[in-house]
Amino acid sequence: MNATIWQVEVYPLESALQDDPRGKSIEGEIRSLGWRQVPRVIVSDVYYLTGQNGSAAGSLEAGCLDDIARKLFSDPVIQKYRFTRISPDGNVVPVATPSSTIDDSPRGWAHRATVLKRPGVMDPVEASALHGLADLDIEGVSVRTAQRYYFYGNFQSEAVEGAGTRDVLAAKVLSNPVIEEVVWEDDASQEAKALPVFTLGGGADVEKVVVPLRNLEGEALLEISEKGQLSLNLEEMEAIRDHFASLGRDPTDIEIETLAQTWSEHCCHKTFTGNIDLRRVGADGSEIGRETIDNLLKETIRRATETIDAPWCLSVFHDNAGVIAFDEKYGITFKVETHNHPSAIEPYGGAGTGIGGVIRDTLGTGLGAKPIVNTDVFCFGPVDFPREDLPAGTLHPLRVLRGVVSGVRDYGNRMGIPTASGAVYFDDRYLGNPLVYAGSVGILPRDCIDKEVHAGDLIYALGGRTGRDGIHGATFSSVELTEESEEVSSGAVQIGNAITEKKVLDVLLEARDRRLFRCVTDCGAGGFSSAVGEMGEEVGARVELERVPLKYHGLSYTEIWISEAQERMVVAVPPEKAAELESLAASEEVDCTAIGEFTGSGRLELNFRGECVGDLDMKFLHDGIPRVPLQATVQEAQAGPGHFPEAAAPGETLKRLLGSPNIASKEWVIRQYDHEVQGQSVLKPLQGPGRDGPGDGVAFTPRYDSDRAIVIGCGMNPCYGDLDAYRMALSAIDEAMRNVVAAGGDPERTALLDNFSWGNTRRPEVLGQLVEAARGCHDAAVGLGTPFVSGKDSLNNEFRVGDRVISIPPTLLVSSLSIVDSAQTLTSMEFKRSGSVLVLVGETLPELGGSHFFRVCGGSGGEVPGVDVPRAREIFRSVHKAIRNGLVLSAHDPSEGGLAVAAAEMAFAGELGCEIELAKIPGPEADAETLLFSESNSRFLLEVDVDRVSELLALFEGLPAAVIGKTTQEASVRVLNAEGQEVLCEGLVELKEAWKSLSCFLSE
Amino acid sequence: MSVRVLVLRTAGTNCDYETAHAFELAGAQTERLHVRALLEGVRKLDEYHILALPGGFSYGDDLGAGTVLANQLGTRLQDPLARFVDSGRQVLGICNGFQVLVRLGLLPGMGDEKAVSLVENTSGLFEDRWVRLRVDTDRSAVLEQGDLIEMPVAHKEGRLVVSSPEVLEKLRDQGQIALRYVSLPNGESGDEASSSAEAQDPGYPANPNGSIESIAGLQNPAGNVLGMMPHPERHLRALHHPQWTRRRALGELSVSAEGGDWRQGDGFRIFARMVEKARS
Repeated sequence: MNATIWQVEVYPLESALQDDPRGKSIEGEIRSLGWRQVPRVIVSDVYYLTGQNGSAAGSLEAGCLDDIARKLFSDPVIQKYRFTRISPDGNVVPVATPSSTIDDSPRGWAHRATVLKRPGVMDPVEASALHGLADLDIEGVSVRTAQRYYFYGNFQSEAVEGAGTRDVLAAKVLSNPVIEEVVWEDDASQEAKALPVFTLGGGADVEKVVVPLRNLEGEALLEISEKGQLSLNLEEMEAIRDHFASLGRDPTDIEIETLAQTWSEHCCHKTFTGNIDLRRVGADGSEIGRETIDNLLKETIRRATETIDAPWCLSVFHDNAGVIAFDEKYGITFKVETHNHPSAIEPYGGAGTGIGGVIRDTLGTGLGAKPIVNTDVFCFGPVDFPREDLPAGTLHPLRVLRGVVSGVRDYGNRMGIPTASGAVYFDDRYLGNPLVYAGSVGILPRDCIDKEVHAGDLIYALGGRTGRDGIHGATFSSVELTEESEEVSSGAVQIGNAITEKKVLDVLLEARDRRLFRCVTDCGAGGFSSAVGEMGEEVGARVELERVPLKYHGLSYTEIWISEAQERMVVAVPPEKAAELESLAASEEVDCTAIGEFTGSGRLELNFRGECVGDLDMKFLHDGIPRVPLQATVQEAQAGPGHFPEAAAPGETLKRLLGSPNIASKEWVIRQYDHEVQGQSVLKPLQGPGRDGPGDGVAFTPRYDSDRAIVIGCGMNPCYGDLDAYRMALSAIDEAMRNVVAAGGDPERTALLDNFSWGNTRRPEVLGQLVEAARGCHDAAVGLGTPFVSGKDSLNNEFRVGDRVISIPPTLLVSSLSIVDSAQTLTSMEFKRSGSVLVLVGETLPELGGSHFFRVCGGSGGEVPGVDVPRAREIFRSVHKAIRNGLVLSAHDPSEGGLAVAAAEMAFAGELGCEIELAKIPGPEADAETLLFSESNSRFLLEVDVDRVSELLALFEGLPAAVIGKTTQEASVRVLNAEGQEVLCEGLVELKEAWKSLSCFLSE
Repeated sequence: MSVRVLVLRTAGTNCDYETAHAFELAGAQTERLHVRALLEGVRKLDEYHILALPGGFSYGDDLGAGTVLANQLGTRLQDPLARFVDSGRQVLGICNGFQVLVRLGLLPGMGDEKAVSLVENTSGLFEDRWVRLRVDTDRSAVLEQGDLIEMPVAHKEGRLVVSSPEVLEKLRDQGQIALRYVSLPNGESGDEASSSAEAQDPGYPANPNGSIESIAGLQNPAGNVLGMMPHPERHLRALHHPQWTRRRALGELSVSAEGGDWRQGDGFRIFARMVEKARS
């Protein structure tokens, strides 16, 4: 340290302490650790300021610091502040100023913890502080921040197994060790000695590094891959070796890295496009069939889209998102991504950068689409999982959930994009490997869909600066997690800054409208390596790596090239537009730098300070990856009724189902997202007079000058996948369709997205499930006429603890987006009036395999719900017609928990009761449990005005549909059997209370 | 006369489009302008009749909601802003814009920067929910005392606190309490309806952030600077309201013509009256 550091500490005034949400929130988290005595907590913010290189230190004097603290760092109505000067020799001296005194800090505490960001971790507060300082004419200053926690009451006596109480508190409540460090003190008479690191960088090797591998084989080649975290297999390493042998030289480090990024599972989906040898085996294990699949993606998902050949599909599978027609002038883009591994290690940063990344996909589609909606689907371990049973290296699911929700909230809300559609799913097997799906919907003019790169275009980096964050994200996401992942991969974690991305959005869309660039893509996995490599695939590119704007000095050329630092876009700019783009970016305070040009050479040339450090043939880079044959096994699905549980009375079962986490209300999550910003929301995620009913689909009108709307939904049933992956896929699509159709969406104008999160596909049976699910996707999509327009897969989602491998269940998320001509034809899910008639559309069958009824009550096996695809299409059409014609007062789809759950949700959301007669339910005769809780597909429960029932039923001629009951004034859900006896009668208050249990748990 | 509205934006502003749209629906000419254009003198405040500070997270709100933008306006545009307000022209701050006005001292405009503040919600959470408001002031040209207005809030720092009981008294005496949160009507949100006692707090969630005396919006003593946490620009049409499908089913709302429900939202009235007043 060579300069004086000023420390400004800001803490609550006495008068503000009794209503201090920050302290209370920490106390709440400590309580959830199960500690008997919860200390009182006061939280303060600490700002460290120093002159850069010691030069500007003079401008920071006590008087001007007072001004800074008052105007920028504190809120005088509820806070006060104090100063400390830390001299270069480490001496800490409190300083009084005109507005602050020395001895005014919190007193009488037992412990104090200061939480500092680790060196190199992005701190968005710093950028804001520098902006504010500049407005006060203070330049040339560096700022770091920290949080300080004062604990009143001794907690050392709390028994914590295997670790000190402080370590537990630090790691579970105060910080995430991956990105933060905690300094503890317990001497109240001393000044806090925690200090941030101001100087970063240096130490990196800037010399060109050659990797000799021409003479290596087997283990030695693999060692290079493993040591470099390249995730390249032997066949790939051999292909690289042979390629360079034919050139008569060894590759440089940056060349191998570029190949590793481009060939990673994350970037090129080698399993989904691989050559698969598929064996079908019967129940006894004997082979009953064998076939070869050349390219699963092409033969299933993409083939479905080609077969359907919908004229409204404008751009599918080749851009960053799929594009469908909205109207004559505009297209709608949709993309869903996974960000699983980073979220497992650092939930807040991982989820935030997940949403940030998929928003950049929207910005990078065509010449840039405007993001209008975010979607989010999460899979976590159980929130009440016993802490003592937690496998080493995993974070508790409650912590992951809170972190992920906060990450999505803070990024999406700051970007000003409504987060409105989603789901949360819980299963033990997501414990070590949670799933985070983030989606983004955008709108763009149809004449902005096509883009191309011309030789001679300049390569511009737009947006955030490059640092050491996110190195090896693409290759990291392609391997399994282990208990050491936290340590070895912490560099893969990025922290985002939403405001930087919002600024990029503002500049990019303006530049698009002025046609200042010809092509754009985002910097995602693989950083510049992937972005420039992709854009220059046809023409070739040359990059001068030293021109890339850096967060700090000392990055090696390879780090610059593959860093996944956030909020960056790459654009191809015709030279004559360069000046205008630069001045536009400057006017919005966005970095915009020419880092090279597209050449026409067909090569990827990388220079650093005048020296050529990489020179790759684009053809080898993109087509040189060897196709390795993969083995898959499909076990014939076991049919049969399965083990039927001995269930309690149906009313009790219904309450248990409503209270089970997968069905329970997610209001706590949904409310934290701004789901109405941009002013286009016309169907909210929470519906009914209590504003808490679970809507099926959400709807937005993306143009102020049109009443056309988009309706968004999703479907996911991991429980089914264990028994029958094919039917799981059919069911997921059916559910995604029901979501949009129930809200009024048009099933004949609906596009789908597939997101496969799977276990280790090197296991033949796991790959077999992937094949089955992909085929289910194909068959349902073709039959329903609903094309896939984009998709993504995330494989190797498993977690290893010692010898035990926990694989996630096969988890297919299907997202749906439907276009309707008029928002005014939409409807919501809550009962509207008493005395209406209830019509159930679709057959209820004994399909309880993988149902929530079995899951909650202890059943097993059984038949997974299938889909009669042609009939489903008829049902969707007819329901849509009924809603569009105004015949439906409310509509909801029986899904998790079946008819009983759907009816209960409609009832308590509408604050009206209902009565249902089991004997009238369409389908074969069955016991009450089956009729109430079966999750048979393609069903809708509709509320219809008594005078319009015949008109409605006429629409369902030849289809299973019947009047099964009515809405009532009674505040209860009542079910009668064929004999007219009451099978179930539960009050709405009790049902709703059960359903709200999860949100209550989370808000504690 | 055409009314010109400046919708001021900067890094992190994110409700600028819909706010501009609201003023346009009300018949004004609007311009979304980056604050740099004012700082660099490319445009001048006095070219406009109304200044709107829309919602968002200006500069990320990392140093407290609205702090950096308020500091910027206060240090770089102090005089033009003061002239604008003193000339009687209208200023509207919504959500983050309200936070900026408070931090700037333009609200409550008592000449004391320590009078009130908008701090973290009692729940400690960002929350998006619809609220019901009652106009409390009788000294506004754009708000009608007693009017009930519904629109959503979406914020984490909206709890109004005052530095002393005297400040609160002064706010009441000068008719500066523009809007208060009140209970939703019976059957909506499950709360008991009550709109009688002036200062009665309807409690959470009707008062979504724990504001003192359920204050949702303030105006300056002259009545030409208005700030509020709820978002009027998100309730411009009947279809924006969460209960529109229910109202339709109950025969309370008929929407037939394409876009015929625009201007039927409670929030629209505020923009319409501001434009009307600027015109007169």
